[in-house]
Amino acid sequence: MNVWIAIGLTAVGCYLAKLLGLLVPAGALERPLVQRLAALLPVALLAALTAQQTFGDAQQLVLDARGAGLAAAALALALRAPFLVVVGTAVVVTAGLRALG
Amino acid sequence: MDDGGGDGPGTRVTGEPGRDTSSATSRVAKRDADVVRDALGVGIAVGLSGFAFGVTSAGAGLTLLQTCALSLLVFTGASQFALVGALAAGGNPYTAAAGAFFLGVRNAFYGLRLSQLLALPRAVRPFAAHWVIDETTAVTLPQPTRRAARIGFTVTGLTLYVLWNLTTLVGALGAEALGDTDAWGLDAASPAVFLALLAPMLKSTTERVTAALAVLLALGLLPVLPAGLPVLLSALAAPVVLFVTGRRKIATTVVTQGEERRR
Repeated sequence: MNVWIAIGLTAVGCYLAKLLGLLVPAGALERPLVQRLAALLPVALLAALTAQQTFGDAQQLVLDARGAGLAAAALALALRAPFLVVVGTAVVVTAGLRALG
Repeated sequence: MDDGGGDGPGTRVTGEPGRDTSSATSRVAKRDADVVRDALGVGIAVGLSGFAFGVTSAGAGLTLLQTCALSLLVFTGASQFALVGALAAGGNPYTAAAGAFFLGVRNAFYGLRLSQLLALPRAVRPFAAHWVIDETTAVTLPQPTRRAARIGFTVTGLTLYVLWNLTTLVGALGAEALGDTDAWGLDAASPAVFLALLAPMLKSTTERVTAALAVLLALGLLPVLPAGLPVLLSALAAPVVLFVTGRRKIATTVVTQGEERRR
């Protein structure tokens, strides 16, 4: 049930955010500070999520095969690899290390 | 920008792109084909990563129906990954949904810019809204004409929506067949998706400092706060960095003005 509550809230919230942008008159959200905050918010959240899902294990910080997988993904990004290759690299390196260890 | 309405009926977002090329010159038709090709490329590449979402969501313990409902109803990848990640970590549904929602807020700003470019009729907007995401915006914004923008938006949105949902289903079914998804390294897929979305955003020092501060907050708070809260609080990195850079900018203007006065 909890999962369905989360799904419902997320679906409604995300849809309203999308719709808001199409409905409000241009200029309402065009204030520079609001724009800059909206651009920076995903940066902070994505960075936090990346770190947490790489080094977090429930309430503990751990360094395991995922760390190596993400390092490989970062290298693939630096080499301008396409999106799917980046994700695939992380998965393959993580799985490979676990198979070895 | 004008309120649109000047284009022919064939360019409506609900119309099928490419249908009305008979009236267009071959040069325009070729340009339409180029837009469609770009849109299909983005739509297919990202649509396939729905597979990673399906696997991740099933691995996080969501049922097949819940996983598919997320892709059908939420349809914005980062929020979906964030939600299942937070739920898997044991976060309560409200903090989990709040994190997913804050990630989805950026779509409102995409919508603002798209609405000027596409000039959609009011009745169409509630339907088009569901497709206002990173990829459709990325394809639509650089288009030179309203017609090209509408084709780009429609083809990218449609391709992505169909593929994202199909591959979510396949991924969720596949995860059940795979068994222990961690052994296949699939728990690394979600952070890699976040990293791939984040990388192009790190354009200047402001973005990099924000990201670094957010990482420190998220990891520092992880052992001491309930699941879900550390990520939410790390969002504070954005206003903090804006506040500090804003003050510094004011300080430097004051200093330069002072120096100019001394001359």
